[in-house]
Amino acid sequence: MSGFFSAIAEAVSAFLGFIDPLCGPAGLFRWFAEGTLLACGDAGWGDEIAVGFLVTASLAVATLPVGLLLGFFIALAKQSQERSLRLSADIYTTIFRGLPELLTLFIVYYGLQILVQNLLSALGYQGAIEINAFFAGMIALGVVFSAYCSEVLLSAFKAIPRGQYEAGYALGLHHGRTMRLVILPQLIRVALPGLGNLWMALLKDTALVSVVGLTDILRQTGIAARVTKEAFLFYSIACALFLVLAFLSSLAFSAIESRVKRSEVRR
Amino acid sequence: MSVVTSLIPPQAPPPAPAQPYTLSRFFGSVALGIWLALAVGIFLTVVDGWDPDKFAKYGPSYLSGLGVTLLLVSLSVTLGALVSLPIAFARMSKNKVLSWLAYGYVYFFRGTPLLTQLFLVYYGLGSFSAELKALGLWGFFRDAWNCALLTFTLNTAAYQAEILRGAIESVPRGQHEGAASLGLPKRVTFFKVILPQALIVALRPYGNEIILMIKGSAIVAIVTVFDLMGETRRAFSRTFDYQTYLWAALLYLMIVEIIRNLWAWFEARLTRHLKR
Repeated sequence: MSGFFSAIAEAVSAFLGFIDPLCGPAGLFRWFAEGTLLACGDAGWGDEIAVGFLVTASLAVATLPVGLLLGFFIALAKQSQERSLRLSADIYTTIFRGLPELLTLFIVYYGLQILVQNLLSALGYQGAIEINAFFAGMIALGVVFSAYCSEVLLSAFKAIPRGQYEAGYALGLHHGRTMRLVILPQLIRVALPGLGNLWMALLKDTALVSVVGLTDILRQTGIAARVTKEAFLFYSIACALFLVLAFLSSLAFSAIESRVKRSEVRR
Repeated sequence: MSVVTSLIPPQAPPPAPAQPYTLSRFFGSVALGIWLALAVGIFLTVVDGWDPDKFAKYGPSYLSGLGVTLLLVSLSVTLGALVSLPIAFARMSKNKVLSWLAYGYVYFFRGTPLLTQLFLVYYGLGSFSAELKALGLWGFFRDAWNCALLTFTLNTAAYQAEILRGAIESVPRGQHEGAASLGLPKRVTFFKVILPQALIVALRPYGNEIILMIKGSAIVAIVTVFDLMGETRRAFSRTFDYQTYLWAALLYLMIVEIIRNLWAWFEARLTRHLKR
């Protein structure tokens, strides 16, 4: 069984190595940076930076569904009839929109460590616990993202007239299906620009996770800068890579936007 | 023939239907319970781990860190507002080169993380120490605080330029035309007609920008500036006491909430002529 999983992992890493935009067969560094500090392999820092690029992108992509789902439920809680639910959702957004992201990250990183340590020592396990930086970053950034996302979705919910819900019920759809078939498609259309901004903020916030030791773009370029004493070059590359990510996501968002708006009347 | 001889005596109203115990009420109670348990738990750990020595030792440094944070943010927001003016006008200018330059500036500073920009200035410019020494600027760039101030000013200038441009362009064309038909010169039109209306639109984004800067300023702790976050990290590394982060969280939440409420009051006051 473990052979099966390792075969899958190998196939995935081979695939990622193949499509790698920096050090793959058609990679930027492979073709244009041979013999420089950015060469791939042991000669340069190209492959380390390529790993960092992948880690940054995958952290942002892994955080997105967590934050979106949590934010959706918090937006629902905020417009609920129940006062206690509204109050607790408001407390959540006030706290996580007010705290600096870096502080949230530290609180989650060290807090989780202490929590798990205490829990395990209560169960009789003695030993040092190390929380995965990727996991802690995913939770901290997801929580912050969900707090902002709930506000965006709440204002999008308010833009949908009551008649849409009533029409759904009149067709005999129950609550969940009305939400899924009638409200959600319109909600996405209204909320998309706001969500695009939040995605950009999330992409930039992933740089913070390098502080607790995640091997993302900034950490890898930082190590390279310290070793080679070419700080300006490597941090410029980090900036350029983030710009590339921002550019790619703006392309993706305009594609999604034109897709969700295809039902609208052309004027 | 029948005659009504007595009225029906008044009846008590039917009892109110019992409020059903819904799922959302259950979840609301659970969520509130979790918050309450967290608050009580944090309070208990603070009381349990209360150490007057630590408080006396690190309390003043927290306050000085808070001062550094507030000074850094207020200086950089003010300087950034000044720098943002030429950028916003370059962005709106008809000159293609100018507008593209300004767009590139804004795209760079909005598209990359503040932390990367800070590293680029603080560590990256260190690569050019010889040239900077020749120019006599090395004294400035050697200090982390100066580098942080410079980076934050440039960063917030990009955001503020976008806010200003959006606000100015949101003023309808008719306002320009109305002023022109009254014979007002361009300069007077801008300062007396366009800018007052634009600034009201820009008020809320400016408030958000200040709050974002306060939150973003926490990262200067990584380049050894002892702001609130830096003092917190120092206290944590000496005591390994988790409470240090909770105190910092409390202070940050307090500043952000105070500014948010002040700004809301400010906005309500400035837009009271628009209320109907």
